[in-house]
Amino acid sequence: MSVLEMREMVKEYRLREGLRTTRLRAVDNVSFELTPGRTIALVGQSGSGKSTIAKLLMQLERPTSGSILVDGEPMQYRGARAAAYRKAVQMVFQDPFGSLNPYHTIGHHLARPVTLHHPDFTREQVDERVLELLRRVRLDEDYVGRKPHELSGGQRQRVAIARALAPEPAILVADEPVSMLDVSIRLGVLNLLAALQREENLGVLYITHDLATARHFSDEIMVLYHGAVVEHGSADDVILNPQHEYTQLLAEASPAPERRLAELGH
Amino acid sequence: MSPVLSIENLSIDYLAETTVHAVREVSLTLERGEILGLAGESGCGKSTLAYAITRLLKPPAQITSGRVVFSSREGYDVDLSRLAGDDLRAFRWDKIAMVFQGAMNSLNPVLRISEQLEDVFITHRPELTKAERRIRSGELLERVGVDRNRLRAYPHELSGGMRQRVMIAMALALEPQVLIMDEPTTALDVVVQREILLEITRLRAELGFAVIFITHDLPLLLEISDRIAVMRAGLIVELDDALTLYTKPKHPYTRRLLSSFPSLTGERGGFVRSGDLGDLDGTELDETEQTVEAVEMESR
Repeated sequence: MSVLEMREMVKEYRLREGLRTTRLRAVDNVSFELTPGRTIALVGQSGSGKSTIAKLLMQLERPTSGSILVDGEPMQYRGARAAAYRKAVQMVFQDPFGSLNPYHTIGHHLARPVTLHHPDFTREQVDERVLELLRRVRLDEDYVGRKPHELSGGQRQRVAIARALAPEPAILVADEPVSMLDVSIRLGVLNLLAALQREENLGVLYITHDLATARHFSDEIMVLYHGAVVEHGSADDVILNPQHEYTQLLAEASPAPERRLAELGH
Repeated sequence: MSPVLSIENLSIDYLAETTVHAVREVSLTLERGEILGLAGESGCGKSTLAYAITRLLKPPAQITSGRVVFSSREGYDVDLSRLAGDDLRAFRWDKIAMVFQGAMNSLNPVLRISEQLEDVFITHRPELTKAERRIRSGELLERVGVDRNRLRAYPHELSGGMRQRVMIAMALALEPQVLIMDEPTTALDVVVQREILLEITRLRAELGFAVIFITHDLPLLLEISDRIAVMRAGLIVELDDALTLYTKPKHPYTRRLLSSFPSLTGERGGFVRSGDLGDLDGTELDETEQTVEAVEMESR
């Protein structure tokens, strides 16, 4: 699998208010293409539909209309092709404190996806693969026996990344992977993601509301507003020369100390 | 100008299995009407410091040395460590109020907004009648940009940003002279965050209170603060006005914090998409800091 395409995707939710029902269009006619080695950032406010798009990609929601194509073929929800799809598209969640089971060791978290996706592996092969995954995310091998509470937030998120890499995916969906982490380790985790992306030639969908990291981490940026893409272009174009007024609003709202300090200095 | 709050040599220990020095001999002054930013990573002791100022620390935390003096607008000084019982209860919120971390979840889900706002008046202004309380609560909400009709709402009916505004309204209810805000805008998206920040700056100009603004988001602090203190492992490593701190940071830790934010419009800073990884663990917490974090979380 190499190219993942979302085409004219629409997702509506039914809202009930007493006896009346209304429809909320969470994703409104969104199309984009994820190719190996490229990163697309999806930015927008809370409630703009970013996470719904991630859920649609992860098969956690069914589209109202529109389609997801894998190398030009429609994605399947059942059968061998669906299994192959689920192996190829993996996700890193926002909260490293909530996404790891406190009861299990780090080794267990990594061994599960390995055994699920390689039922033919012997125990030695699985162990070897787990250690390799830890090395990939630059964690010491002795973390295998540790529990999540013994790790810092950044280390936990690196375990979550290793877990997503375990089935050898082609596409990685990263939903705010660093927003819960301390500022000084955010860059480290993003740099690691970028390095892994290069090593594995991954297509990455980076979901965030932080425009600054979106700009530096991605090739393209899509700005989402009320479920619709209002601006889509190369990262520097969208940030430095925003066309749509909503993108301008987002850029205005982002902390930019230079602006105020320039005022202070003169 | 005389400071409204002066912290002198304040040290706080957590008497856990191993004693943790969470705050070490911190001295700070807060000028009247100033916004003082307090920056640092989780576990550096910034929340502990804030809780100490409002005397909200619970065992195993203990103030081992130093004092906090509040100088009122009316011209008297209060040593906060001497206050106890009813005096402390009357003082808190009236002179120093606080907006807590994760404030959106600190509203009581089963009480209407009106009841929670009026509770402040019932405790601190018992002379007010019910009708007066209602009017004051309505004014408060409008002051922070929430419609008066929302008084009857329950917290779950409000968005995160609105709940945050309600919390700020609650903190402003008695027109305190000092407002302590502990990560008031984390968990909000950038647009709502911007609205809240503008609101805070506007209210400060209107009411003239001083703010201690605690966050790990240094760019944000640079935008709104007059002075910034950078904290690490319980110590204030650098304290300067915003412009100097940004243009001429002295301490290597400040420089590292500054460089860990990629700039929106400028250079990439420490961000390498295609270079080497550098030291991943370089800035992770060391052992003692992790313990402080753990104890802090436990004591909440």
